[in-house]
Amino acid sequence: MLSIKNLHASVEDKEILKGLNLEVKAGEVHAIMGPNGAGKSSLASVLAGRANYEVTEGSVTLDGKDILELSPEDRAREGVFLAFQYPIEIPGVSNINFLKTAMNEIRDYRGLSPLTAKEFLQMSREKQALVEFDAKLVNRSLNEGFSGGEKKRNEIFQLAMLDPKLSILDETDSGLDIDALRIVSRGVNKLRSENNAFILITHYQRLLDHIVPDFVHVLSDGKIVKTGGKELALELEEKGYDWLK
Amino acid sequence: MENNTDTEFLESLADKEYEHGFITDIEMDILPPGLNEETVRFISAKKNEPEWMLEWRLKAYQAFLKMELPSWQNFKMPDMNFDGISYYAAPKNTPKYNSLDEVDPELLATFEKLGIPLNERKKLLGVREDGPIENENGEMVERPLVAVDAVFDSVSVATTYKDELKKHGIIFCSISEAIQDHPELVKAYIGSVVPQTDNIFAALNSAVFSDGSFVYIPKGVRCPMELSTYFRINAENTGQFERTLIIADDDAYVSYLEGCTAPQRDEHQLHAAIVEIVAHKNAEVKYSTVQNWYPGDKEGKGGVYNFVTKRGICKGENSIISWTQVETGSAITWKYPSVILQGDNSYGEFYSVAVAKGKQIADTGTKMIHLGKNTRSRIISKGISAGNGQNSYRGLVSIGPKAANARNFTQCDSMLIGDRCGAHTFPYIDAKNPTATLEHEATTSKIGEDQIFYLNARGIDTEKAVEMIVNGFAKEVLNKLPMEFAVEAQKLLAVSLEGSVG
Repeated sequence: MLSIKNLHASVEDKEILKGLNLEVKAGEVHAIMGPNGAGKSSLASVLAGRANYEVTEGSVTLDGKDILELSPEDRAREGVFLAFQYPIEIPGVSNINFLKTAMNEIRDYRGLSPLTAKEFLQMSREKQALVEFDAKLVNRSLNEGFSGGEKKRNEIFQLAMLDPKLSILDETDSGLDIDALRIVSRGVNKLRSENNAFILITHYQRLLDHIVPDFVHVLSDGKIVKTGGKELALELEEKGYDWLK
Repeated sequence: MENNTDTEFLESLADKEYEHGFITDIEMDILPPGLNEETVRFISAKKNEPEWMLEWRLKAYQAFLKMELPSWQNFKMPDMNFDGISYYAAPKNTPKYNSLDEVDPELLATFEKLGIPLNERKKLLGVREDGPIENENGEMVERPLVAVDAVFDSVSVATTYKDELKKHGIIFCSISEAIQDHPELVKAYIGSVVPQTDNIFAALNSAVFSDGSFVYIPKGVRCPMELSTYFRINAENTGQFERTLIIADDDAYVSYLEGCTAPQRDEHQLHAAIVEIVAHKNAEVKYSTVQNWYPGDKEGKGGVYNFVTKRGICKGENSIISWTQVETGSAITWKYPSVILQGDNSYGEFYSVAVAKGKQIADTGTKMIHLGKNTRSRIISKGISAGNGQNSYRGLVSIGPKAANARNFTQCDSMLIGDRCGAHTFPYIDAKNPTATLEHEATTSKIGEDQIFYLNARGIDTEKAVEMIVNGFAKEVLNKLPMEFAVEAQKLLAVSLEGSVG
């Protein structure tokens, strides 16, 4: 599904990603771990198309399509979803109207007619239940005044609604208490399917107790330096990252 | 997207063309430019006015001659060549129509094109369709009835639903008609809230006003529909000087809407209006404006100078006056809808969204004058600046010595789009009673690349993202507008900022 080849990217002329390779197939969950400053969140930003990142070399394709050529909104419409590490507050824009707009923009791109108000509300109720999202938050302004945990849970609710091919969760576990972590993980596990894939960016092994990955990659200094199964995460938890350098 | 998108993309925000810039080709009676006593006499005679009205106008003209342009505003006052303006322009043929069938089809077509159907079977101001509309909860609801007084250059060309309103004892007509038919009411109230000598533009208006709307809601009557006036400037080199007078007697209620547009012209045009509102005991008046005069082009060529005096008085106890305005047009807006809170326990509100883009200047705000006991006021101002636009909030909260326990809450929020525009706040407080409670909050924010990117990452393009963010920012004010007007205002905000980002 996702194929990243020799990806180099920089911010303000400082190279952050230095020849990164990654293959993700449908149905797989990949965890990307690594020390601070290794480039984990930069990878998420580059994939989603954040403007201040410049790709200097390499390619990224989603189902064979070059996504580096696409605007951020077109990447989202093609099925890339970034769950933000720090979701943004947008005062006065209701969560539900925002999602309705997002969904209809994506549907329009794919040549589908917009959902009726009824269909949308029904779907919204189903997905809220699925990912255990508080109905009260649905009608509030987008992330405004939400707690850190509520913002992260809202990202998962959006993920459930937009049903992307490839989801990138950028430190979704950070700032979550253990109950919220369980709820978020349960949501993600329910959303896993043969047709989609997940990249989990995390510092900590504890997330991987709840969402069990197929592969664990260690990112260090802009490159993947080690790849293994889920047991690699445990090894990292024990030994830290220094032995890999 | 390029690297330095924030600036580039946000800077192009002001490029959308003005939608209502067309000119109606119709035969007009136009007074040659120039201002002197004869001009005043001409207008009064043209309207067949009684002697007292002419005297009143002449008194205003004398005051005007002695007054100077204000200098306290946050922009350089342009040259006002008062002699270069034509003070009267009316469509030829009889300007008074007894029924819509007599109105020049070209005129009807003009209002139709602006989305203001004067046909009574069509119900709505601002939207063409007749069917139900979607409210903010996504439910389909019946459109409310709206009665319209349409003012074209200097004259009112049509007022709809008059007969229906008459059944309730409500008077809704042009002010020219009111001077003829209800002189006792006009005489008692005109100038009682905005005196002829209030400021130079008020003096000018009082001398040369050519038309406007008049509303009287009798005791205990709740007006069954929205009333509205739609102002259109068409003729070249003319000013528009309309005057609106709204009186709500004891226990009465009315909601009033005002909309306006003008053709795209290279010369500046002056609009100097007056609105006076009187609310008696327990009465409530809601006044909403969506102002979309031609703002001029990107370089600041042309555009309407909008110098308007709007003031209401809560005369009786427990009365309420509420101003809501969405100001997107005009080259310069100079306007401070105010409330004099004279009656005990009376309440005044001011909700405003002002957009200044391109070379537009908005200097707007309010005055809340607390005179009675337990009077309360609330000010919510949202300024949006883009391009080279300069947006100033200017407000006065004054608490008189007898206004025990007066309260005011003021919130001024500014949003900047791009980095060449400006937002300014000038809040003044004058408290002469120690029991007053005053709160003031202010914020300034910049539409962030982060906010836009967040919406982009959910499949929403940048233009739509900006529209959502701006409408979210203005929501508290837009929610105060009557529903169908709110829909229009949202679209207008979106359109006026279209192309600002890109």
